[in-house]
Order: sequence, then C-alpha cells, then structure tokens
Amino acid sequence: MNAITEFIKKSRLKSPWAMHFDCGSCNGCDIETLAVLTPVYDVERFGIINVGNPKHADVLLVTGTVNYRNQHVLRNLYEQMPDPKLVVAIGACGLSGGVFREAPNVVGGVDKIIPVDVYVPGCPPKPEAIIDGVVEGLAKLAELQQQAV
Amino acid sequence: MVDFLLILAGLVLAPLAGGLIAGVDRKITARLQSRYGPPILQPFYDVAKLFGKSPSIVNVWQVFCAYLYAAAAAISVVLIFVGADLLLIFFVQAVGAVFLVMGGLSAPSPYSQVGAHRELIQVLTYEPLIILVFIGIFLTTGSFKVTAIFEQSQPMLLQLPLLYLVLTYALTIKLRKSPFDFSTSHHGHQEIVKGVLTEYSGPHLALVEIAHWYETVLILGLCALFWHTSIIGMAILLALTYFAELLVDNVTARMTWRWMLGYVWGVGLAMCVVNLVWIYVG
Ligand code: SF4
Repeated sequence: MNAITEFIKKSRLKSPWAMHFDCGSCNGCDIETLAVLTPVYDVERFGIINVGNPKHADVLLVTGTVNYRNQHVLRNLYEQMPDPKLVVAIGACGLSGGVFREAPNVVGGVDKIIPVDVYVPGCPPKPEAIIDGVVEGLAKLAELQQQAV
Repeated sequence: MVDFLLILAGLVLAPLAGGLIAGVDRKITARLQSRYGPPILQPFYDVAKLFGKSPSIVNVWQVFCAYLYAAAAAISVVLIFVGADLLLIFFVQAVGAVFLVMGGLSAPSPYSQVGAHRELIQVLTYEPLIILVFIGIFLTTGSFKVTAIFEQSQPMLLQLPLLYLVLTYALTIKLRKSPFDFSTSHHGHQEIVKGVLTEYSGPHLALVEIAHWYETVLILGLCALFWHTSIIGMAILLALTYFAELLVDNVTARMTWRWMLGYVWGVGLAMCVVNLVWIYVG
C-alpha cells in the first residue's frame, strides 16, 4: 500500500494538468501562456497538459485583472477544482491589478478572491518565467506533502 | 490453472500494455509534431495522480456508470484471453460503451450531454461493422469461438483482408482518434472541453482511462486474431496497424458526425459485403 501512495505522490509532481483562465487581461499574458504549449517550449514533456475543464485541472493559471464581474467566475472555477490544487497568478495585472488597478470596476489582484500559491511578475512575463512559476508551485506542493506525512 | 493464468493476464497485463501503448502513442505523436513529448510512463503518472485527487461527484449514477464501464471493458478483455465466444465479447463491450454514454447523460451539463450524444453516434457507427467482421470470422472458421480461430492452419488475413480494414476503422473510432474524435479528444491538449468525460473527475476519470486501456487492448487483440499463426506476424501486424492509426490521427482533422456515419457505413459496409460475398462464393 505504501508503494502505491508513494507513486501517487510522485505522480502529482509529474502530471500537473493546467487550466488557463483569462480574467480580462490585455491578451499579452495569454499569448505568452499559450506559447508555453507550442513545440518551442513543449511543456507536455513535463506532463503538463492544457485542459479546459476545472474538474480535470490541478493548476489554475490566472492572467489579467479581477473585476467585479469576473470575480464570481474565478471563484466558481477554483471551487470546482478537486484538491490538491495550485493557483498561479501571472503578470502585473494578476498580481495587483497592474495598469488597470485604479479603474472603477477593478477589484485588484487574483489573491483578493482566491488563495494564490505562486506569483509570476512581468508585463507580460516570459514563457520561461511561467514554466518556472508552475515548477515552483510543484515544489511547494511537494513540501506540503512532506509536512502532511 | 492455465485458464486462471490467462484471466490474471487479461486483468493485470492488459491495462499495463494499454497504458504503455498510450505512452508510446503520445511520444510518437509528439515526435511527428517535432516536439520532445512526455515520458513513456506518463499515462501511468496521470492515472495515479487522478486516483490521488479528492473525488467530486455529480451524482451516484455517474459513479455507478464509471465502475460498470471499467468492469465491462475488463471482462471483455478477459473473455478474449480465455478464448470465449466472439458474440459474448461483443455484447459485453457494447454494454460498457452504453454505460459510458449513460454516465455522460446523467449530468445536466451541456458539454457532457452533447459529448454523450456524439459518443452514442460513434457506438452506432462501429457496432454494425464489428458484428459483420465477426460474421466473416464465422464464415471462415464455422464457429464464433476464439479458440476455433486458433485451429485454422493459415492466417485469416488472407481470406478477410477487407474485413481487417473495416476493423481498423472500428479501432480508430474506439481510440477516439482523428477524424473520428467527436465525443472527446484522445489527446487532452487538443481539446478545450472533453465532451462525454467533462463531468468525470479525479478517481472516476482514472477508472474511465483504465477502461479505455482495456478497450485498446481488446480491439488490438481482435486485430491480432487475423494473424494467429505466428507471434512475429502478430507483432508486425499490430505495430503497422497502430502506426497507421497514428499517422491518420496526425494528418487528418475532425470531420462532422454526418460525414462519419455516411463515410464509415458507406465504405465499411461495402467492404464487408464484398469480402463476405467473396468468402461465400469462394
Ligand atoms: S500584465 Fe501586462 S501583458 Fe499581462 S495582462 Fe496586464 S497589461 Fe497585459
């Protein structure tokens, strides 16, 4: 039984399925996030797959500014993801609201609505930085697993 | 004793082989797209991870259907390993396919509903063809038993070449590969919404995935029956067939379900009739 739980733990780090939610970004961060999936960066070699379904996702990649309209969608998506899950906020907008932070309908960063595990700064961040963000999140997950034992 | 070993092989080795085939499939597909691709064992990591996730259940029906689908797929593989009746194998796997559709229909989400309907159309498309292939086997061997095939002195491929092609159509549809991947995309990264699998999550998605491995082995096992006389012949036939599937998957785009129904029934039934008449007359 122990071997199976060990294998499951190892697999968690080897197969992070990512879902990408665009919380009203300018499209800059989105293009960079999607570039990660192209043959140039090919994140599938790390087992990362882009799924469009919160029920299958392990990692939620959020780009853009949260506003009063899409905060409900963001929370809804987060709640539909089965545990254990990670949230990665991407770009200046995801971190704090970025250049849009003073707009009247803007709530601010992603962490105003849901707990964020990793922040990837930049406007937009490089694809390498986004991959690093997910890897960083996995390290965090592994640490949590260690503590749980 | 031999029977027991065969049952064990069907239950344990078949999903392992299916998972490996899925891993090799993803690797080769990635290479064809000039990517590096995931490790060969990636499908096992995926399934293990899914088993480790907390279950989020839409309703009990869905769970019931996932278990039945997996059970039916496993039983049909065991049946072919112990050399049972082809018709029995056919009915058991059909029951599994129907329960997958019912699981999709049990959730009110529109993606799941549309996926389930499309899955139903796919089932409708390949089931008559498989039955006709079995009839062809009956006409050559005089029995629906798998063991009767092994009593033949020459490979069935020589007498049933067109029916073998028809079986590869069924394989493409069963594997949900392009151009027949309506209900859900075979490769997770091609598709935004996973059709009939949309509402499955965590451990139940893992069960469906394992059932899919069983089904891959089942259809490849049926293909292998066409060259039962030598192990090497079997291996070559299966490798060529699967590689052809991969090529077709990578060079074609998804078509509409109307096209699938018209094309597969038109071409498939024509090939079946030609081949059956040929055996009957010859
Ligand atoms: S961080 Fe910059 S690139 Fe990204 S969404 Fe905001 S403005 Fe656009």
